[in-house]
Amino acid sequence: MNIAVLAKQVPDLVEGLEIDPNGKALDVNYLRYILSESDDHALEQALLLKEKVGGRVEVFALNQGEARESLVTAIAKGADRAVLVDAGLDSPLNNHAAAQIFAGLLGGGLFDLILTGVRAIDDLDGSLGGLVAGSLDLPYAALIRKAEADGDGKTVIVQKEYPGGYAAELDVRLPAVLGIQAAEQPPRYVPISRLRQVMKTATVEEVSVVPPSQQPLDVTRLFKPEEGAGAVMISGDAQEAARQIMSLLSERRLLR
Amino acid sequence: MCNDILVFAEHFRGTLNDITYELLGKGRELAQSLDGRLLVSLLGHEVGGLVERLGVADQVCLVDRPELKEFASDSTKAVLEAILEDVQPRLVLLGSTSIGLELLGLISARKGVPCLDNCTRLESRDGQLVATCQIYGGKVFVEVALPEATTLVAVVPGSFPKEPGEVATKPELRNIALPAMLPEARTTFRKLLEPPPGDVDITKAPILVGVGRGIQNADNMSLAEELAAALSGVVCASRPVIDQGWLPLTRQVGKSGMTVKPKLYLAFGISGAPEHLEGMKQSELIVAVNTDPKAPIFSVAHYGAVLDALELLPLLTEEVSNQATKKASS
Amino acid sequence: MIPTTAKLGLVPGWAVLWLFFLAAVGIFARRVVFLIRLLKLGRAENRFDHIPERVKRVLIYVFGQRRLLDEPLVGIPHVLIFYGFLVFLMSTSGMLLQGLFPFLHLPGMESNRYLAPVVDVFALLVLAGLAVSSFRRFVIRPTGLQLTWDATLVNILIASLMLTFLLVEAFHRISSSLTGGVWVPVGNWLAGLMGSSAVLRANAALFHSLFWWAHILIVLFFLAYLPSSKHLHLLAAPFSAFFSRLEPAGRLAAPMDQQVRLGAERLEEFTWRQLLSAFACAECGRCERACPSRQVGEPCSPRQLVHNLKEQLLRYGPALLSHARAAADGGEPTMIGGLISAGELWGCTTCLSCSDRCPVLNEHMSIMVDLRRRLVERGEVDKHLEEALRNLARYGNSFGQSERKRAVWTQALDFKPKDARKEPVEWLWYLGEYACYHPALQRITQSLARVLHAAGTNFGIVYEAERNSGNDTRRVGEEGLFELLREKNMATFKKAQFNNLFTTDPHVYNTFKNEYPDLNHGQHSVYHYSELIRDLLQRGQLKVTRSLPYRVTYHDPCYLGRYNGVYDAPRTVLRALGVDLKEMPRSRRNSLCCGGGGGRVWMEEIGEVHARPSESRVREAAALEGVQFLVVACPKDYVMFTDALKTTGLEAQLAVKDLTELVAEAASVV
Repeated sequence: MNIAVLAKQVPDLVEGLEIDPNGKALDVNYLRYILSESDDHALEQALLLKEKVGGRVEVFALNQGEARESLVTAIAKGADRAVLVDAGLDSPLNNHAAAQIFAGLLGGGLFDLILTGVRAIDDLDGSLGGLVAGSLDLPYAALIRKAEADGDGKTVIVQKEYPGGYAAELDVRLPAVLGIQAAEQPPRYVPISRLRQVMKTATVEEVSVVPPSQQPLDVTRLFKPEEGAGAVMISGDAQEAARQIMSLLSERRLLR
Repeated sequence: MCNDILVFAEHFRGTLNDITYELLGKGRELAQSLDGRLLVSLLGHEVGGLVERLGVADQVCLVDRPELKEFASDSTKAVLEAILEDVQPRLVLLGSTSIGLELLGLISARKGVPCLDNCTRLESRDGQLVATCQIYGGKVFVEVALPEATTLVAVVPGSFPKEPGEVATKPELRNIALPAMLPEARTTFRKLLEPPPGDVDITKAPILVGVGRGIQNADNMSLAEELAAALSGVVCASRPVIDQGWLPLTRQVGKSGMTVKPKLYLAFGISGAPEHLEGMKQSELIVAVNTDPKAPIFSVAHYGAVLDALELLPLLTEEVSNQATKKASS
Repeated sequence: MIPTTAKLGLVPGWAVLWLFFLAAVGIFARRVVFLIRLLKLGRAENRFDHIPERVKRVLIYVFGQRRLLDEPLVGIPHVLIFYGFLVFLMSTSGMLLQGLFPFLHLPGMESNRYLAPVVDVFALLVLAGLAVSSFRRFVIRPTGLQLTWDATLVNILIASLMLTFLLVEAFHRISSSLTGGVWVPVGNWLAGLMGSSAVLRANAALFHSLFWWAHILIVLFFLAYLPSSKHLHLLAAPFSAFFSRLEPAGRLAAPMDQQVRLGAERLEEFTWRQLLSAFACAECGRCERACPSRQVGEPCSPRQLVHNLKEQLLRYGPALLSHARAAADGGEPTMIGGLISAGELWGCTTCLSCSDRCPVLNEHMSIMVDLRRRLVERGEVDKHLEEALRNLARYGNSFGQSERKRAVWTQALDFKPKDARKEPVEWLWYLGEYACYHPALQRITQSLARVLHAAGTNFGIVYEAERNSGNDTRRVGEEGLFELLREKNMATFKKAQFNNLFTTDPHVYNTFKNEYPDLNHGQHSVYHYSELIRDLLQRGQLKVTRSLPYRVTYHDPCYLGRYNGVYDAPRTVLRALGVDLKEMPRSRRNSLCCGGGGGRVWMEEIGEVHARPSESRVREAAALEGVQFLVVACPKDYVMFTDALKTTGLEAQLAVKDLTELVAEAASVV
C-alpha cells in the first residue's frame, strides 16, 4: 500500500504567542514551529499500516518552520521518502493554497491512501485533508482513530469518532484521504542517537512549485482574548480560596 | 447576490443535535439583518418527523433517501451541492463537528467556494458579514470579513445559544431537483460502536468535578472523588486524563466526549483547550483552578483561582464536609 | 602414619587417592575452562591497566574483607570463615600431598608446633562463624539471602570439613602418643573426650584413617563441586575485585562503538567483566537489602539482575560456544522481556547503594544502564519518560517550558546577576532545571542569589543558554540525547568566561565533574554550592549574624555523597550556623535515596508501592527526637520530601529546608 502523509508545521504554543504590531499576523520574533500533533499521529498510523501490509510511506511538507527536521525524524521512524516542498508561501493561514499544491503533487493515482491530521491549531480556512480530497475528488473520512487494510487491498476499514464516545465503523474505498484524530498507538519514540545518524545519511528531496493563485481570506485583525476576562479571580492561599469557594457554593444553594 | 442563509441540520439517532438549533438561532438573526431568508437542509432517511422542529426557518430542504440513512460524505455532499446550486445562499452554516469537518473541505475545494472553520462569533456589520474564529488552541482570535459570495462557515458547537433556534412550528418545504440515483458512495457505514457501558451519565449530573492534566497521576484521582462525594457530584475529565486510562471514556467532557451543562462545574488542573471548553462552557457556574494564570479555562470560568489543584482539593473537601456536619448537627 | 599407605582391598590407598584426586581436579578444571570460555563471549574491555592499583583493590577488598565489615555482626563470622579457608587450604594441601606421595614422608602442618594450634583453633572459629551465618540464613532469613540446596550443601560441607579435621587430630592423638609435643587445644580436648571410651581407644587408628579419608574426600568433592555452586565466588571474587572499575562511579562507560546498536540485551553485547559479575556474585543479598526501590515494593532488584544474567549465560551460553544456534527460535532470546522485564529496569533510581555495598565489587548499574540503553534504542520507553525526553531534546528541560523562561526567577531580585556569556566572572553558577523552573524552588534559588550577592561573590549565570546537564538522561539510557545536551552545554562554556563552576544540583555536579571531560580537566573545577558556602563562611566573606537555635538533621544526596564523597561541606556549614545537628541512622554512605534519581521523577510508579523511599526517609527523620527540619542540598530531594511529608501526614511535625534557607536566615539575608 502506498501511503502519503501530509505534515504541517504549526506555531509551538510553549513559546507563547504575540500579535504583530500591524495586528494582522503573529509576531515572528520568538516564534518556533513544531509538527502538528495530529499529523504526527497520521505518520504513526501510516507506519503501522506499512508494518502490517507492506508498501511505502512518503511524507510531504511545505518548507515552513522546522519542516526539514520533522521530515528527517519521519525517515528515522521508518518513512521511505521525504519531500520538502518549496512554494514561497508567506501566509501560513492558508490551507486552500497548500491543498492545491499537494493535490498537484499527489494526483494521478500514485497513492492508495493520503493521511493527514484531521485538524491543526492554525486551521482557519478548513482542514487540509478535506480540501485535498475535494481537489482530487477522493473520498474523505475525518476524525479517524483506527484504520485497517482490508484483505483485498482495495478498501480500508476505519473507525470515525462521534461525540459522546460513539464511533462509526466505515468501509472506505481506496484511493482515499483520511483525517486522523489519533493513531492506534502513540507516535513512536526515536532515540536521539538514531536521529543523529539518520541526519547524516538521509536525503530529503526538495521540490519547488509555483505558488497557486490565491484568493486569500480578508483577515481584518488578530487579537488575543483578555486574560481571565470574565472570571472573577479568587485571591489568597489555598485555605482562603477553599473558604471563599465554599461560601460561593453555599450562597448559590449548591450544597446539600 | 441572494442574501439567504442556509443551515445544515445535523441529527443523530432520531434527534436534532444542539448545534442545529444554535445555528438556526444565529441564522435567523443574520437573515433578518441581511434581509434574506433562512433555509435549512435536512438530509437523512425517515427524518420527516424532525421537520416540525425547524420552525425558525423559512424553508426546509428535506431530502429523505435510503442512501442517506447513515452519514457518508459522498452522498451527503452530492445532495448538499445540489441544494447549494438551487438556493445559492450567501452563507452556509455547519457545525465544526465530525460531519461538518468532512463536508467543509470537500465542498469548498470542489465548488471553489471559500470556507472558514472554528467560528465562534458571527455578525453583520452594515451588510458585511464578519466572522471571528479561534485558532492556536483558543489563544488567538481572527476576525475575517466574509467575501461577497457563497461562503461556508463551520461553527464551534456551544458558541451560540440554542433557545432562539427552538421554534416548534412547521416550516415550508422546498423541493430540490435531485438525480434519481445519487453517485455511488465510496464510504459506506458498517456499524455503530457504542461506548462501553458507563456507571454514571455525566450529562445528567447537576454537579461535576472536572480534572485535567494538573491532577498529575492516577493516585490523585481520589482527591477529586472525595470532593465529588462531599458535594454529591460526579467526577469527569478532559481528554488527556481519559487517554491515560484514569477514568473511563464515558467521563470525558469535550468535543469527542460529552457536552455537559451542569449547575456547577469545578475545573481542577484543566488548561481549557477549545475541545474541552466546547463540552462544558455552557455550565451555569464554572469555577476553575489552575497554576497557569494564562490558562484559557479562565476565559469561560465565572470564578478562578491561580493555585495548585492538588493543594486546594483536600482543603475544599474539608470545608464542604465541615459545613455538612455543622448543618446536620444544627 | 599416613592412611594412604594402607591398602584398601587389593589396591594401595594412594592409588585410590590418586584416582579421586585426578577425577576431582579434572572435573574442576573442565568446569573452570568452560566458565572462562563463557566469559570470553563478552565484549572486550581493557581492565589490565594500573596493575598496582588493582592489586591494592584485591588486598583491601578481598584480604581486608572491607565491604563485609560494613555489617560487622555478619561480617566478622565471614572473616573467620574466609581466613579459615585460607588456613585450611594450606593444611589440607599438605595432607593431600602426604597422601599422594606417602613414601616421601613430607612434613605436614600438624607436626609444626607453631602452625598446628593455629589450624586447630581456626577449625573452631570457622565452626562458630558458620553457626552464626547459618542461624542468620536459616532462622532469621533476611531479604535477599536465599535458602537453596546449594547454600545448605555448602554449609554442610564446610562444617563437616572442620569436624572431620578435628576428629583426625583427636584420633591421631589417641592412636599414637608421638605428637612431637605439638599442642593443639581443641584437638587435645576432643581427644580427651573420646579417649575415655574404650571402644574408640581400641579402634583409634581405624577411626583416624576413616576420618582422614572422609576429610580428604569431602575436600575433593568440594573441589569438583565448587565451580558449579555459588561458592564459585571463592575463585571469581579476587578476579572481580582485581578487574573492578577504577573510574569514578559517577562516570558511566560510554558506548564503545558508535556504529553498533547502543546498549545490550544478549550475552555477546555485554562485556566480559559484566559477565564475570555473574560468577563473582555470592548471592549474599547486600545489594538487594540496600536498594530503596526494592524496599518499597518495586520489582527492581540488583541481586536478581545479576542472577538473571547468570541464568542467561548458563542457559544460552553453551549453545553460543558451539555455534549451535537453533534456526527455529533464532538463537539466544533477548533478556529484555525474557529473564528481565522492562519494569524491573525502569524501577532503578541509580542511587549506587547496591554496588557500594557489594563485597565482590560488582557493577550492577552498568548492566542496568546497558539494558536501559537498549530499551531506548528499541523505542520502548515509559510514556511519561518519553514526554520528558522529547521536552529535553526540544526545549533543553524536562518540564516542556520555553528556554527563554530559564532566567525568569531573576526578575524577583533587586539586582541583575552577571551574564557570564558577556562578561568574565570568577564563578559560573549552573543552576539546573529544577532550580530554574520549579515554582517551589525558584524562591530558594533567589535566596541563594541574594546570599552570594551579599557575600560579594563574583558570580554569573548563562541565562537562557543553560540546558539540562544530561546526568539523568544518560542514566535512563538515552545516550544520544546526553551527548547532544553535553555538546550544547560545552559550546556555552567555551563562549563563557569563568574560573570555576558551581551548581545547586548534585546531579549536575556529578555529570559535570565526571562526564564532561573538557570541563573539569581543564582550568575549571566543579563545586557544589555547599562547598562554596563553606569557603565563604571560613574566609569570613559571609558572616553568621545570628546563631540558629534549631535541631536539624541532614540528608546526604546520593550524587553528592555516595557518588562523589562530599559529606562534610554541608555539615561544616550547618555547624557554623549554630544548629544542633543530629544524624539519622542511615546517613553518609548509608543515606537512603529519595527515590527521584535515575529518571524516576519522570516516570510513574511501577508495581505495588506501599511506601515510597521518600516517605520512609521522612519517617526516619521524624523519629529523631526534637528535630524540626530535614535539611537537604538537592532540589529533587526538596520536592520529593515535601510531597512525602504531605502524604505521611507529618507536616505538623517536620519541615523540609534547603541548606540555602538556613544560611540566608543565619546571615540575615532577606
